[in-house]
Parts: sequence; structure tokens; C-alpha cells
Amino acid sequence: MNEKCIIVGGGLAGLMATIKAAELGANIELFSIVPVKRSHSVCAQGGINGAVNTKGEGDSPWEHFDDTIYGGDFLANQPPVKAMCEAAPGIIYLMDRMGVPFTRTPEGLIDFRRFGGTKHHRTAFAGATTGQQLLYALDEQVRRYETEGKVTKYEHWEFLGIIQDDEGRCRGIVAQNLRGGEIRSFLADAVILATGGPGIIFGKTTNSMINTGTAASAVYQQGVTYANGEFIQVHPTAIPGDDKLRLMSESARGEGGRIWTYKDGKPWYFLEEMYPEYGNLVPRDIATRAIFKVCVDDKLGINGENMVYLDLSHKDPKELDRKLGGIIEIYEKFIGEDPHKVPMRIFPAVHYSMGGMWVDFNQMTNIPGLFAAGECEYQYHGANRLGANSLLSCIYGGMVTAPNALAYIRGLDKHVDSFAPDFGESQRKDREDQYEQLLNMEGTENAYLIHKELGEWMTDNVTVVRHNDRLLKTDEKIQELIERYQKIDMIDTSRWSNQAVPFTRQLWNMLQLARVITLGAYNRNESRGAHYKPDFPDRNDEDWLKTTLASFTPDGPKFDYESVDVSLIKPRPRRYDVAKKGAANS
Amino acid sequence: MSEQRTIRLIVTRQDDPDSRPYQEEFRIPYRQNMNVISAFMEIQRNPVNAAGEKVRPIQWESNCLEEVCGACSMVINGRPRQACSALIDKLEQPIRISPMNTFPVIRDLIVDRGRMFDALKRVKAWIPIDGSHDLGPGPRQSQEESDWRYELSKCMTCGVCLQACPNVNNSSDFMGPFIVGQVNLFNAHPTGALNKDERTSALIGEGGLQECGNSQNCVQACPKGIPLTTSIAIMNRESTRFVLKKWLSF
Ligand SMILES: Cc1cc2nc3c(=O)[nH]c(=O)nc-3n(C[C@H](O)[C@H](O)[C@H](O)COP(=O)(O)OP(=O)(O)OC[C@H]3O[C@@H](n4cnc5c(N)ncnc54)[C@H](O)[C@@H]3O)c2cc1C
Ligand code: FES
Repeated sequence: MNEKCIIVGGGLAGLMATIKAAELGANIELFSIVPVKRSHSVCAQGGINGAVNTKGEGDSPWEHFDDTIYGGDFLANQPPVKAMCEAAPGIIYLMDRMGVPFTRTPEGLIDFRRFGGTKHHRTAFAGATTGQQLLYALDEQVRRYETEGKVTKYEHWEFLGIIQDDEGRCRGIVAQNLRGGEIRSFLADAVILATGGPGIIFGKTTNSMINTGTAASAVYQQGVTYANGEFIQVHPTAIPGDDKLRLMSESARGEGGRIWTYKDGKPWYFLEEMYPEYGNLVPRDIATRAIFKVCVDDKLGINGENMVYLDLSHKDPKELDRKLGGIIEIYEKFIGEDPHKVPMRIFPAVHYSMGGMWVDFNQMTNIPGLFAAGECEYQYHGANRLGANSLLSCIYGGMVTAPNALAYIRGLDKHVDSFAPDFGESQRKDREDQYEQLLNMEGTENAYLIHKELGEWMTDNVTVVRHNDRLLKTDEKIQELIERYQKIDMIDTSRWSNQAVPFTRQLWNMLQLARVITLGAYNRNESRGAHYKPDFPDRNDEDWLKTTLASFTPDGPKFDYESVDVSLIKPRPRRYDVAKKGAANS
Repeated sequence: MSEQRTIRLIVTRQDDPDSRPYQEEFRIPYRQNMNVISAFMEIQRNPVNAAGEKVRPIQWESNCLEEVCGACSMVINGRPRQACSALIDKLEQPIRISPMNTFPVIRDLIVDRGRMFDALKRVKAWIPIDGSHDLGPGPRQSQEESDWRYELSKCMTCGVCLQACPNVNNSSDFMGPFIVGQVNLFNAHPTGALNKDERTSALIGEGGLQECGNSQNCVQACPKGIPLTTSIAIMNRESTRFVLKKWLSF
């Protein structure tokens, strides 16, 4: 039987799911706002983790698992993380077979480098454009299935929402062609969302422009539970910019880059001093807070500004070109200085969302038939993601989601092809009406300015250091923006290739998700991983070793909490100034 | 400085594929570190042209904003390139911006590059693996082999080389310089080499290598510095060998 499956999103997660589903014989309809080859995954620079242990360091999938759980401050449910770490070496080999030009050792093997939060060389890489190279490899395989007729792509189409049957099961989607504007329904017994992260809620970040979290927010408003939204990763090293904060990958430190600033007229390598054991390779939340403290509290940033140095100038220039060429080029192009010779100036920037749609161990959301994989779901990183674990979780997530979705379809006793011919039409029509309303908005507000304001508030108050009074004020601000949203003036009313209306629609979804993030942070009175409150500086396992679950109501998010599966590694205090005491392999 | 500096943009606009292009000028307050994209974003926030009239904001494509996704190609001061890495401080004013019209224009600066993705299908630009199940590592490769493939593999399908190439035009069906690099990329892989004849054969078929006039514009225009002309030379040799082989096997 040829099951039909809808996959929304063509980043690493969506493309891997597509390949698996096609291999298992399904027919796939693949949707993406941009041609899949331009998905945000291309931005990933540093690499992908897998304990292949080619350096004779005694690395193992268990050690990888322990680093990931410890790095995530014990908030992740452990069984799926263990399964991911076990699959990691196989995933790297698979990508190798697909032709990814991984950087090699002299013996012709895949080379591995160090990343934050581990003492092992565990990160495979293709120069400093690993995400691009991995995505291209998957894109090529999907193109092969496209020529065989197994995959139909809908690029320049935007997913607007799911279609549900009377029992609440997901039976398809409504999507809009962003060029012609038509809004259509597409039916299938299972839908996989692989729509990436919500970074753009914070305005300027390291993320691509389309990472608005709009799809996840749309289904959240249709009843999907959103988990751990408050866990937002702020990356320590990005270059400030007018349109975007461009990342300087952790691999710069993995290859020996050092962070410093001047103190008493002399270079001060503060990470090395504060965390002698891990030095510059502490996890991101730790490094970010240290840079913040040095700049904001101690006012010791370069020239008193919010910036410190990331220094590679002591390294061999040839090796830098080979292993970090991609990011060095970015710095040269956008800043006009040569990192071979001078230290780079960097500051933290919003980067990644650990939170996302809640899914069960089979990657299914609480709406039957709706699955999620990749950065849009919450499952693998707990309270803080380790560098180079996301590319892994995306590919792994895609890999396991597709077979689960097909198994789900096979287990159904009714299939959507047997439904009445007009099934889904009313849900399609609702979206069309909504579009017409947006198109006709007349008022005084500008959607792009509202977004800018949202981003500034979120960045100032809901990132590195969080205070309850400011979180509450931010939520009030978001509600004010939601009110002002009603007075938006639609600046483009044409029906052909209109970008303003879709952006305005996404802005609504961003505002809803912003509340989930902000109030989730407000409620959680402890500090864990990326979530830090000076008023509650310690991790509190007794009250807060729990997953946050947000559900939509018209009056705002409602919060519930669920205990975390810590059946494999017992929670222990997380420290990076001394060596990690590895949990025994039980 | 008391007087606010401004940036002048003259943009070639077009409402849809069938309507006539026209030019519109914008003046945008200058800030440090701006690029062409942040200037466009400013127009979204205040959609007014230089004459003070309210207009629809400019439509363009972009995503990564760090020259790695290939979305934002356009012609800036006569040169096809990525808009996200076009820094205002380095551009002569007024800055003239138009779509890459070697492709069909969709609206304003958005063009349809679908033909490039079709070309990738035609030449079978992939490694034909047996399946995605765990079959252990791929073939060993030297750093030199891997380096060469990595250079070719940076192609973002941005279309700049097609816009720059005099032989991509209405009277030719040339797939474009980028496709030569792509065939080279897959033929140079130990597994990909197993079916390299298929790719080479497609490359010398319709719209193939023979359409290249060796103007060498592509290699200068490529934002990723891909060694396209070297690739073209390699593929020319490989094609000759392939044709000979085919001829001898008759
Ligand atoms: C600068 C940068 C560097 C990074 N480096 C690394 C690294 O070195 N290692 C690592 O492990 N991780 C890294 N990450 C994180 C990692 O890149 C991402 O988490 C990962 O690529 C996300 O992949 P994805 O498949 O979930 O989604 P994405 O690649 O974001 O793809 C989302 C897809 O969904 C589609 N989509 C979204 N919404 C809709 C909609 N409404 N309708 C239709 N389609 C939609 C998009 O078009 C796209 O195809 C980095 C992140 C950044 C920002
Ligand atoms: S926006 Fe991606 S290349 Fe310019």
C-alpha cells in the first residue's frame, strides 16, 4: 500500500523524514516557504556530534548521552536522548556515504573536533559550513525521489494550519501559494511538521528570516501542547549587525579560539580563569552569562561597550582556512577585518529554542496524526543544547518520525480517502476568510514596526538574565502589541506575490508564542540551563524538575507541568569549573 | 553631524510577470553597518518613495542574511551578486538595483530560478546510495579530494553565474555554468564515479557544455569563488573521453 504523508518543512529534519518515508514506499507532499535548499539549516557552521571515537579518547555513545543530559541540566526525558546518541555514529556514516565533503584526517577518515560541554573530539564537520553541506546531501537524495515521482514539492507555499476530523485527528493541512495566493487544502492521514525554530520572535538573532515559529504557533492555537518554551539559547559569540547578528561558531573555540577582554590594561582570559577545567569550551549558557557579567555588570567590555574578543590570531592561518574558512569569510565580508590577524569582536545573541511542540517518544504531538521533528519540537536538549547536537537531533528526529507516522497510518481503521468529498473545505474557507480580512486591514500601525518592538522587548527582558517584574511587564507589552495589531494598516494589497500579508499573519503567531515563552519564564522560579533568574539562582529539582506544558486559550496560555523521565542517569549538580564525574553506565 | 545622511536607492520594479518594469527611487536614513537588505527593511517600516508618496514596499527574497542560502541574488550597481553581503558603505550612490532578468521576473526583485533545480534533476546531481540504513562509513578519501569537492559543493544555486554568463539568454537553452561544477562534484566522488557516464552524457546533451563560450564571467561573478572555469576544463576533457569511449564501443 502507498501511504500518503504530508511533510511541512525541508530543513534537515523534514528532508530526512522525506527520504525515510519515500524509502518505505510512501508518497510524500513536501511543503516549504523557501525552496528547501535555502532552508535555515544551511546556516549551521560548526558540525554534528557522534561518538565515533576515532581519536582513541575512550568516547562512547553513553558518554555522549551523559554529556547531553548533564549539559541540558537534566530537563530532557532520557530514553529518546540515549537512542539519539546511539544512532549518531551511523548518521555521520550515512551522511558520509551521501557524499558530504567532511574534513578528513591524514589517513582519509572523517576528522572530529571539540565542541562545548565535552572533553572529547566528537564533532564531524565540513569546514565551517557543515549545515549547508548536510542539507545539500539530503536535498540531493530528495531530488532523486522527486524524479522517481515519490515526492511532490510545494515550494513557496506556506502552511497555515492543520485539518482535523470529528474525532480531532489530524487529516491534512491548509496551505497558501505565496506567489499566486491561492489557499488550498491537502489531505493525508499523517502530517509531519519540521518547521524549525522561532528565533525571529526576538527580532535580530543568528537565525534566518523565516524562523518565526509560525507553524508551531498555528497548531499551538489549534490545540497542540507547547513544551519548555522558556528555554531559549543565547549563543555567546555573534557579531553585532544592523539586520542580523551573525554567528561565529563555537567551532572557533573548538579549534583553539580564546575569549578575552582587557582588565587592568592586560588581556584577561576570563573563561579560562573562571572555568579552568573546560575553559573556553564551557556550554553556551555558561559562556554567555560570563560574557554578560563581564560587559554589563563589570563594564569591562571592549572600550566599555558590550563586546569582547574572540581570538584566533595565534593559530596557523592555513589550518584556519581549512577548518574555519566559512566563518572567517563571514567576518571578513561583513566586518572588513581579517581574523587571521586581529581578534574578532563578539557579543551573545539569541540562537536556538530548546522548547517546542510537545511530542511523545514516537514524535507524535498530542493531536493524533500530527508529528513533529527538528528544532520545532522539544525533546532532545533539556534546558540547554550542546553545540553540534542540533544537526544530530534534526536528522535523527526526521529518521524516526517517518516510520512512526507510517505505522500510525497503517493502524487507522478509517482513511481520509474514504471521507466525504468536501471534507476539510470549511477549514480551508476559514483560512481564506482570514486572509481577506488581513488584506483589508486599514489602520495606523505598521506590522514591521510592531515586530521590531516585540523583538526589542523580548531580547531585553526574556534572554540571559530574567527578573519576574520585567517578565510581567513584557507580557503586558505583548498584550498591548496584540491590541495594536488590530489597527495594522496593510501596506500591500496586491494579490500577486504579496509578502506583507503573510508577514502580518506570522506576526500574530509570533505574538502568541512570545507569551508562552515569557510567561513560562515567569512561572519557573529557579535557574536551570539557559533559564537564569538572579532571584532564584539555583536549580530546584524538588519543585522544578518538570517539563513546562503550555496550552492555548483565548485568554492566554495555560500552564501544566509533567515530570521528567530520569530513569537512566540520576540528576547531579552541574559544574564546569571541575571535571565532570561521569555517570556510570548502568 | 546635524544633518541626517541618507542613502539613495533606485530600484527597478515590476508588479507581475506581464507588466512593464519601472524605476522608483527611495531615500533612506543612513545607519552604520547597513546592507542592501536592511535598507529594504527600512522601506517596509516606512513605505514611502523619494517623492514622498506612499508605495507598496519592495518585494525581494532573502533568508540567511549571511551569504549561504543563495536566496537574495539581484543586480546591484550593474553587478549580479548577493544583496545580504552588499554593504552600503562600499557601494557607490545612488545604488541601482534590478532583478536578475535572465530569469523570468515574478515581482520586483523576485525571479523564478526553477530552471536551475530542473537542471540538477537532468544531470542526476546526487550520489546514488543503496539506502539510508546503516552500512558503515563511506569510502576513504584524501583531504585533497575532499577539499576539491568541498569547493564545488558550496554552490548555493543562487543564479548569479547564469545572470553573468553571455550564453544564458533567450536564444540558448544553456543550463548554466553552475551545472558543470555540479557534475564535476558528483563525478569526483568515489561512489558517484560509478555512474559518472550518465551525468557526463546529460551534460553534453541539450543545453549542455557545448553552449559554453568560455567568456569566464562565471568564475568572477560567483559569490562563493567556486572554480567554475577549472571545472569546465575538467568536464570538457571528461566529455571528450566519454564520447571517444562510446564511439569505440560501437
Ligand atoms: C547560525 C547558526 C549556526 C548553527 N550551527 C549549528 C551547528 O554547527 N551544529 C548544530 O548542531 N546546530 C547548529 N545550529 C542549529 C541548527 O542549524 C538548527 O537547529 C537546525 O538546522 C534546524 O533544522 P530544522 O530541520 O529543524 O529546521 P530548518 O532548517 O529551520 O527548516 C525549517 C523548514 O520549515 C519550513 N517552514 C517553516 N515554516 C513553514 C510554514 N509555515 N509553511 C511551510 N514551510 C515552513 C522552512 O521553509 C524550512 O524548509 C545553528 C543555528 C544557527 C542559527
Ligand atoms: S540571504 Fe542568504 S545568501 Fe543572502
